[in-house]
Amino acid sequence: MKTCLVVDDSKVIRKVARHILETLDFTVTEACDGREALASCMASIPDVILLDWNMPVMSGMDFLRALREADVPRRPKVVFCTTENGMAYIRAAIEAGADEYVMKPFDRDTLESKLQIVGMA
Amino acid sequence: MTLVKPLPVVASQTAIAVLTALLEARTGQQIAAYRAWRLDTALKPLLRDRNLDTLDQLVTQLLEGSDRSIGDRIVDALVNQETSFFRDAQVFDLLVEAVAAVQSASRRVRIWCAGCSTGQEPLSLAMVFAERHETSGAPMPEIVATDVSEAALARARGGRFSQFEIQRGLPVRRMIRWFDTTGSDWVAKPELVKLITFRRMNLVSDQPPPGRFDIILCRNVLLYLSTETKTGVFPKLANALNPGGKLVLGAGETVIGQTSAFEPSRGFRGFYQMPGEDGRSRSAR
Repeated sequence: MKTCLVVDDSKVIRKVARHILETLDFTVTEACDGREALASCMASIPDVILLDWNMPVMSGMDFLRALREADVPRRPKVVFCTTENGMAYIRAAIEAGADEYVMKPFDRDTLESKLQIVGMA
Repeated sequence: MTLVKPLPVVASQTAIAVLTALLEARTGQQIAAYRAWRLDTALKPLLRDRNLDTLDQLVTQLLEGSDRSIGDRIVDALVNQETSFFRDAQVFDLLVEAVAAVQSASRRVRIWCAGCSTGQEPLSLAMVFAERHETSGAPMPEIVATDVSEAALARARGGRFSQFEIQRGLPVRRMIRWFDTTGSDWVAKPELVKLITFRRMNLVSDQPPPGRFDIILCRNVLLYLSTETKTGVFPKLANALNPGGKLVLGAGETVIGQTSAFEPSRGFRGFYQMPGEDGRSRSAR
């Protein structure tokens, strides 16, 4: 079974994403900020990470940069999932190593489509 | 405070019969009885525009004939426009191979998207072949896109998509390469849109665009037509193909048991060709 780490400070978003991902046969873990997500990745690397941008403690962008520099056994796919929908944000995310980008609000079709693009659905 | 529940749109069997007959007469598309709920959903915006409460009132206006545009508006609202970028993505890899197989120095490869809806399919093709042209210098095929709905074509020509539409199937790198933002919408760059010739065409009653094509995509269109209507469309598609050309249908569609004008291609899984062309296809590759 594929694994997905959902990183978002909103409990509602985590719940919605978990529900969709579980219907797509993912095993889901959750983190509410970048630091918690990094600790989770050090313990176990997921196949894909669904990542919010604006979070307390450590932002999604800071997490992504730290993850891409970290000595981890494999490179998980990272899909940003954020309300930061401007072109500059999207370019910055890709330059930092994001594989895909979901603009909130999202629905099941959008999420499934983006996971298919990164080869995860 | 008393909450007033909105009244459901009321439709008699007669109204449903008139609306579905209108759609089939104009486009060949059928709405199965079990999908009659679509009438309600699809026509609600038109009812609001016209300050009408029921589909029966809409049908009355249609039959009175005082406003000739109402029939067009109904058909535009009812015709199935479901589409997305890079739908069944593996088809696009095969299309690149199929185009390369018929590419020659003497003429340009021609592709026809029959039933292009709001434009995501021809725009996906344009992106693929423009990128191929940039990286390898391979010539751009000519892309002709047709649809029965003028409203859908107007949207396709504008290349403007909502945030939900742009995210369905379109990889983010292509999105920022080929689209600009306007408010919350995304608009295809003019250099992408100009690679496509859009034309209004009723697949059932009109002649195909002039000239012959090397590839015809007619995906998820025929499944809405009656068996009898489909039988008439297949020869039309065959006549529009160059020798060695390929027909591409939707993932759930086939020619098997439907027509003798096409047979499955051995070289290109899921593609169809005119009978007896496998020798030609293999030597071309």
